[in-house]
Amino acid sequence: MKRVWMLFLIAGCSTVDPKPETPTEYTFKAPEGFPATAYRFENTPITQAGFELGRSLFYDGKLSRDGSISCADCHQQEAAFSHFDHDVSHGIDDRLGTRNAPALFNLAWHSDFFWDGGVHDLDLQPPSAIMNANEMDESLDRILEKLRKDSKYPAMFRAAYGTEEVTTARFLKSLSQFMLLMISSNSKYDRYIRKEAGVTFTADEQEGLRVFNLKCATCHPAPLFTDLSFRNNGLKPTPNPDLGRALITLRDEDRLRFKVPSLRNITESPPYMHDGRFSSLERVLEHYNSGVQATENLDPLLSQNGRRGIVLSDAEKRALIAFMKTLKDDTFLSDKRFSHP
Amino acid sequence: MMVFFKHPYGFLLFQKYHSIIQLIIQKDLTMKLQYLLFACFLFAGSGCDLFESDGFNVDDKGTLKVVFDNVVGDKDLTLNSGSYVNAAGETFNVTTLKYFISNIKLTTEEGKVVVYPQESSYFLLDESDPTSLTLTLTDVPAGNYKSLTYMIGVDSLRNTMDVSKRTGNLDIAGKAKGMYWSWNSGYIFFKMEGASPQAKPAADGTTNYRYHIGQYGGGFGTPPVKTINNLKNSTLTFGTDMLKVRKNKTPQVEVKMDVLKVFTGQYTMKLAENPVIMVNPLGANVSANYIQAYALVSMKNNVP
Repeated sequence: MKRVWMLFLIAGCSTVDPKPETPTEYTFKAPEGFPATAYRFENTPITQAGFELGRSLFYDGKLSRDGSISCADCHQQEAAFSHFDHDVSHGIDDRLGTRNAPALFNLAWHSDFFWDGGVHDLDLQPPSAIMNANEMDESLDRILEKLRKDSKYPAMFRAAYGTEEVTTARFLKSLSQFMLLMISSNSKYDRYIRKEAGVTFTADEQEGLRVFNLKCATCHPAPLFTDLSFRNNGLKPTPNPDLGRALITLRDEDRLRFKVPSLRNITESPPYMHDGRFSSLERVLEHYNSGVQATENLDPLLSQNGRRGIVLSDAEKRALIAFMKTLKDDTFLSDKRFSHP
Repeated sequence: MMVFFKHPYGFLLFQKYHSIIQLIIQKDLTMKLQYLLFACFLFAGSGCDLFESDGFNVDDKGTLKVVFDNVVGDKDLTLNSGSYVNAAGETFNVTTLKYFISNIKLTTEEGKVVVYPQESSYFLLDESDPTSLTLTLTDVPAGNYKSLTYMIGVDSLRNTMDVSKRTGNLDIAGKAKGMYWSWNSGYIFFKMEGASPQAKPAADGTTNYRYHIGQYGGGFGTPPVKTINNLKNSTLTFGTDMLKVRKNKTPQVEVKMDVLKVFTGQYTMKLAENPVIMVNPLGANVSANYIQAYALVSMKNNVP
């Protein structure tokens, strides 16, 4: 802003527009080295007012039937917007869902959402949680009605979109604007890769990166630390197993497949797996080392040379955990833009 | 000769009589030609039906009404209270019947396809709202049409279009409420619900049935995966009677949808076995049945 004013003073009444623009911290900027985004930005220009509206909605219980559950209840910033210490979603009326609430960041690069990939557009992701009877159990039309009658929202819609009109698209795109700016790209790992001054890896971290590249990076490649695919990683079947991706595609070859999660901020978002069955990263690594089951559609990468799983020595496991700690992005986890308004 | 072009249907009259005129000219019967032209002028100017019924200007636009009637065999469908028997011998009623009609196309007698503007072509028909069963198509180019094609459902393009372009009947928080799956993102094309004493009981003991048919072929994921495609088109052909869209006449097409055929045709569905068919391979069987449940009842031209 200051710079705009200075320019304005110098330039007098020439070409500089004195109208406040959206500051750079509210514009989408892909970090260097990230791949092409999947989100259709051309339909959703991000503005500070749109972002702030989305932020307010994200933290508002009005999105649930009885006002008790907001998006932020299962997507907490300190847990990288996952549900800390909850194996499955804990929603309205103390009901439990069937899957672990995934962490939220770098969503502009995702083309499929949820563990089963049933939604293909970030704009259409919130309705699934809103309408789910175990999560927010609310209908979209009732939410829009509540927002229209609210004391603060009509003015926020006017600030974001020019008029007070509350539409489905405006409501959903505000949430998208908020979520799209949740970019995590400033972990120790990122700063190490960017060769920032004073950032070094310890011997453990270096060894962890080496093992990671050798044994994990096919499914969890940098910089997103997921290849966004759907795989069966050989978890021990439960009596009535969640069929995962097959519930969407109805194909037998998709039974027990789930979306590969990102490893960014992974130390902050326990428990792990689609059903939150593992409470620690140590248990996750032990699963890959010794627990992979020969279930249908087991990913071929987990069954090579006549052995299931990924051989990991204790030293390798320690090194991998040291490396995964470098994926924690404190800038993102404490970014005030994303906190409760 | 200019007289033909001044009259609204002059060009067609001109075309129609062109050969006669040519003949007359060849015979150099100038006087008779002048007389004929004068006669035509008077005849056309009087608004004689003989010419007006078939004539139209290529730039004319008209309105067309398509009326859907949901029936059960030879009976009209009565929601809730009507009791019927399906091909499997099961007694059932219908409490909800809704479906999308979209992507309407007309084919002229010459085979040219006229697409009704896609933006305006998403109709949501609801048996409980009789006004929703009449589709009024406006600004249809005047012409003689031999067939009308429509889709049951919402095409894959619109199913994946930006949410800002899903307004009106496609607004998932508005008219399309209940006709959209949020967890397996896509519109429900055809929804039929009711109860049947023979239906396999649910966990709570109720014996309701629910057919929610959608799915447009998918193509998502890494790598992309094709899923079931239940999008189906239905074509009504008008035989030798062309559907005649004119500036001042509104032709009316009546279509019936026979609920009994939803349960049978290509596949006989049994409520005792599968009372709930939603995102389910059996949805393809239901859509294969219901596309044959739509049939032309009547087509009336010259409705003022």
